[in-house]
This record gives sequence, structure tokens and C-alpha cells, in this order.
Amino acid sequence: MTLLKVEDLTIKFKSRQGVVKAVDNLNFELAQGSSLGIVGESGSGKSVTSLTIMGLLQNANTEITGNIDFDGLDLLKLSPNEMRKIRGNSISMIFQEPMTSLNPLHTCGKQIMEPILIHQKEVSKQEAKKHAIELLRMVGIPSPEQRFHEYPHQMSGGMRQRIMIAIALACNTKLLIADEPTTALDVTIQAQILDLMNSLKKKRDMSIIMITHDLGVVKEMCEKVVVMYTGQIVEKSPTELVFADPLHPYTKGLLNAIPKISNKVERLEAIEGTVPDALNMPSGCSFHPRCKYATEKCTLEVPTLFQLEDGREVKCFIYDGSEKGDDVNAAK
Amino acid sequence: MLQNNTNSIATVSNDTGTENILEVSHLKKTFHIKSPDGKKGLLRAVDDVSFTIKKGETFSLVGESGCGKSTLGRTLLGLYTPDQGSEILFNGEDITNFSKSKRKNFAKKAQLIFQDPSACLNPRRTIKQILLEPFKIHKIQNGEAKIKELMDMVGLASRFLDRFPHEMSGGQKQRVGIARALALNPELIVCDEPVSALDVSIQAQVINLLEDLQKQLNLTYLFISHDLSVVHHISDRVAVMYLGKIVELTTRDELYEKTQHPYTKSLLSSVPDISDEHREKIILTGDVPSPSNPPAGCRFHTRCPVAMDICKTKEPDFIQTGSKHFASCHLHIK
Repeated sequence: MTLLKVEDLTIKFKSRQGVVKAVDNLNFELAQGSSLGIVGESGSGKSVTSLTIMGLLQNANTEITGNIDFDGLDLLKLSPNEMRKIRGNSISMIFQEPMTSLNPLHTCGKQIMEPILIHQKEVSKQEAKKHAIELLRMVGIPSPEQRFHEYPHQMSGGMRQRIMIAIALACNTKLLIADEPTTALDVTIQAQILDLMNSLKKKRDMSIIMITHDLGVVKEMCEKVVVMYTGQIVEKSPTELVFADPLHPYTKGLLNAIPKISNKVERLEAIEGTVPDALNMPSGCSFHPRCKYATEKCTLEVPTLFQLEDGREVKCFIYDGSEKGDDVNAAK
Repeated sequence: MLQNNTNSIATVSNDTGTENILEVSHLKKTFHIKSPDGKKGLLRAVDDVSFTIKKGETFSLVGESGCGKSTLGRTLLGLYTPDQGSEILFNGEDITNFSKSKRKNFAKKAQLIFQDPSACLNPRRTIKQILLEPFKIHKIQNGEAKIKELMDMVGLASRFLDRFPHEMSGGQKQRVGIARALALNPELIVCDEPVSALDVSIQAQVINLLEDLQKQLNLTYLFISHDLSVVHHISDRVAVMYLGKIVELTTRDELYEKTQHPYTKSLLSSVPDISDEHREKIILTGDVPSPSNPPAGCRFHTRCPVAMDICKTKEPDFIQTGSKHFASCHLHIK
């Protein structure tokens, strides 16, 4: 069953220097109980996408078009009041920096109780407290009855991130959006948190969107991967295939740029150049100034997302029409 | 105990005949702290650490946050004063009791590259002003010509000289940080997490640049990082730190292939690797204990999956366990 379907999502910011397209024509779907990784470097539009799904990106300078279908509801058409009933209830989010996203003036217990008391009116304070302690235990915090009364500054980074997860799971979460949940943590703590998220996902039949720049985390957590570059999807494919046989030159470049412990190389293959300025995008394919395989066509025309026979999609002329796949648009 | 330590230093020292640029023995750095309830206490950030670094090699320090790796790096540069009894020999001279003028001279030879390139460049100065600073301080003529050379060396066009840090990307700022460290032809550079704030594709560019510069200028790196894949790529030898102590020290290949210390094993298994190889994951329970109140006995015993009774009471010595391998674990003490 499809839980989330994002169609033609485009997000534009108006700034003094001009209009910036942060996300450009994004399409993806997510089945219930499955996990999707959104990979990209800073500025690729991955966090903006997640904030939009959460309905947290609304102001006069933002223009959002497209559809976000969640469990039969079009999230972009909901009123702020209706959205508030969903946010923190059936869709929750874990943020990157657990220190800045927790309120330093309230105890951790109070912050876990908050979504329960807001979304489940029939629950009394006592019951909510019991549930919060249960949640603390579930996310692996020792002596939860005492920890309930502690403030965020009394906890370590890993514990704070566990508190964030407990808050996110306080209600009947169907979709959990995790925006770089382990980037600020040490590897041994990261392993604990990923392990916890995986087991909770199975237990609750929850869907997870994992936003990260760490391909290793994606490999461990996700069934499908979307690779983003300058606000566009450049590759969409099942996780094993992305690592075994990456298609897009950018994905290939990213994988080559990471040092691998099991496979020693003399020199890393860096992707030359930098991500282009959002106000000054190159013509044609936005990756062509950094691409090894770029031809003249790439500098002039924008490739569409081509679908290969095995269901993978890639935005690159190398895979255009010919023997490897069919143009999605031509098929239509 | 003391004798044992002296033994190990003699052997931790180099065996290939190359000159040592840095010899550290019994280095301790204690901070005086005050807990929230007003009690005074001691935090041993670096606790009796000994090692040597050879000329031209890349020596890495890995460990989780709070293990003392950055404190160690900074103490080696004289930015912190180590405790009494510590000895840091740089090219044979003890830097812990340098006079002011000697200290200034030492700064030319040992430099630091910082983690966050945005935080270490003065936002109100142009790149040119930032890069001229070392030449001004040390009263060296001809700085203008030198900075053009430096910019070229780190792969930045000279048009960037008139820009402010906020007009540059993270990767470009880190290149400026590297150029500034190189300005006075140093011999030793302490790289404190130089790539962890950068995007993956930029990270590879900066690592390649650091490697090229090392070959070109015969630099010695002390590379501090928590990223075990990067450390594996760049290092010749690696020391693993836990709560202020080095728990394992060996060559890069030995560390990753013949891991001895259980902490190193779990660290390595926790790295999400993108290769196909399926590894058994050792997930440690709990957090790193506070360095102001480290556990008795072996400091790792509270999280160690193979802890024995002796680990709770007796601290293991840091001993030689192979031809180039040193570790402190009761499992490897025969």
C-alpha cells in the first residue's frame, strides 16, 4: 500500500537576487513499512523537501506547487489547523541536532508528553506520563523514571537523540522523517541509534524517510534510494543496485569519492568543481560542468528522468532511449 | 608500572632509522573543573600518553568525541600547557619549557588546520589580509608574492584574494585554512578533523590536496579524525584513544586487519561501509563515561563485550604485542 506519494513537487524561494528553485519537479512514493533514503550534498534540496512534507515551510516568499498525497490526504491543501492534527501524530520528524531541537527549559519527560496530550485528548496526564516512561524505556534509556525529570543538558548527545526519537514516536506515527539523525553522533552511538530505528520500524510497521549525505547509513537502513543534485532527482533505484551498479555520473562520483576500508586506493577520485550557485544554474543538465562524460548535448538540453527496463530511473542522456531503456515521456 | 612504561616508549619509538620529528612521553593534561554543585574536580583529558611521530609520515589519532584527541593535538602545539612531568620533544628540543622567542619560532614549524573553516577565518577580513597575517607577525618581507604562490598551491585562483570568507564555499574556505597553515613552511601540521565539515565530493578533493602537499613539501601530519574510513585512507600509523589514553597503536594495515583491542574492533564494526562485505556488528551499549570520573581498572570495561573480572580492578599496561603493534588490554597480556 502506498503511504506517501509526492508528485511534481516544486519549491521556489523568492529572494532579493531572484527566484531560487530549491526543489525541481520531484516525484517519489513510499509504501507502508518501507524505507527510502534521500541522498545529496548540502544545497541539494533534501531538507527543504522534508520540511515541506511536514508542512513547516510556509511563508510569503515560498512558492510550493505539486501534490503530496499522504494516506489519502493532499497535505499541501490542508489548512494549518488540519495539518497540526497530522504533524507529530501520524507524521513525525527527527532533526539533525538534538540539542537545538529540544527545549532547554523543559524536562525531557514533559517534552515527550506534549504530543500525547495534544493529539490524544482522552488521555489523562497520569497516563501520558506512564506512556512517556514506557517510550523512554523503549528507546533504551536506563532508569527512565529518573530520566523523565531531567533536562536536555543533563544528557549526552546519543541520549538526546533517543529523546527526539521517543517524542517522534509518542503518537501513532506512520511516517517518520529522519533528517540526518546520526550526523552529530559518534560512530558507536550512531550504530546504536540506527539499530534502534530499524527495530522500531519492524515493530510498528512504520515507514521511514532517511535524509542523509552518508551513503553508508543509506546502505544499512533503506530499501530504496533517491539521489538528489541541485533540487532534482538524478537517480532512483533499489539500494543494492545503487551500490553495485550506479548509473548517474554523479552517483558514481559520490561512491568513488568515499574512502572504503575494504578497498584501498592510492588516490580518491574527487568530483571536480563545486555545486553550482542556486541563483546561477548552468544551462542544460545541472551536473554537466562537473561531469566526466558531458557532451555538447548536455550543455544545451535538460535530460528527463529515463526509466530503465529494471524499473530504475536516471536523469542522464547516457541512458537515453536506446538499448538500455525507454524515455518515460515518450512512452506516455 | 613505571618501568614497564619506559620500556614501551623505547619500543614505540621508531625502528626504521628515520628521524623522529616528535617524541612524546608521559604526556598528561589535566583541567580543573567545577561541577554544577560547586565541587571542584579534575578532568584528565590526556592521561599518560607516549608515542613518536616520524618525519614525513601521517600519524592519525582516532576516537569518539571527548576522548581527548583534540586536546592532545593542541597540547603538542603548545596551545595548552601540559602537566608537570610531560615531555614533548620536537626535533630533539623540549617544547614544554620554551622561552617566548623560541615559542614563536616553533610556531613557524608546527601549524594547525581547524575543523570548521567558517569559524577559523575572521569574517571581517579579506582572504588576502588573513593570509598576510603570519608574514606580518614574523616580520617576513615579500608576503604578497608568497600568498599568490600559496593560493596556487592549494588550487585557488588569485581573484579570491579580495573576497571575504562568506563569499566562498566550505571547500574553498578550508583551502584558505590550509594555505594559511602552509604560509611559513612548517614541518609538522596538526590536522584537527579537516574534512568532517565538508560534503563528500569536496572531502575527497581536500584529502587529495593534503596528500599532494605532503609529497611536495615533505610534511608530517598528525591527523585527528573520528572518521575511520578517512583515517584508513590517509594514515601510515594510527593511535586509537579512549578516555584520555591510547588503547591501541600500530600501522594502518595492522590496525584494520589484525585488530587487537575490543574497543577498536567495535569502532571498526560500527562504521557503515558501502562495500559488499558483510561484517558482524558489535554494537556497544551505553555512552562513553565522563572523563572527569573514569571507571576503575580498564576504562573500557563498562562497555567492553569481553570484559573479565581483572578488567574491573587492574588497569592494563600499554605494551608491545607485535613487531609494530601496541595495545593495552588484559586479553593480550600473557
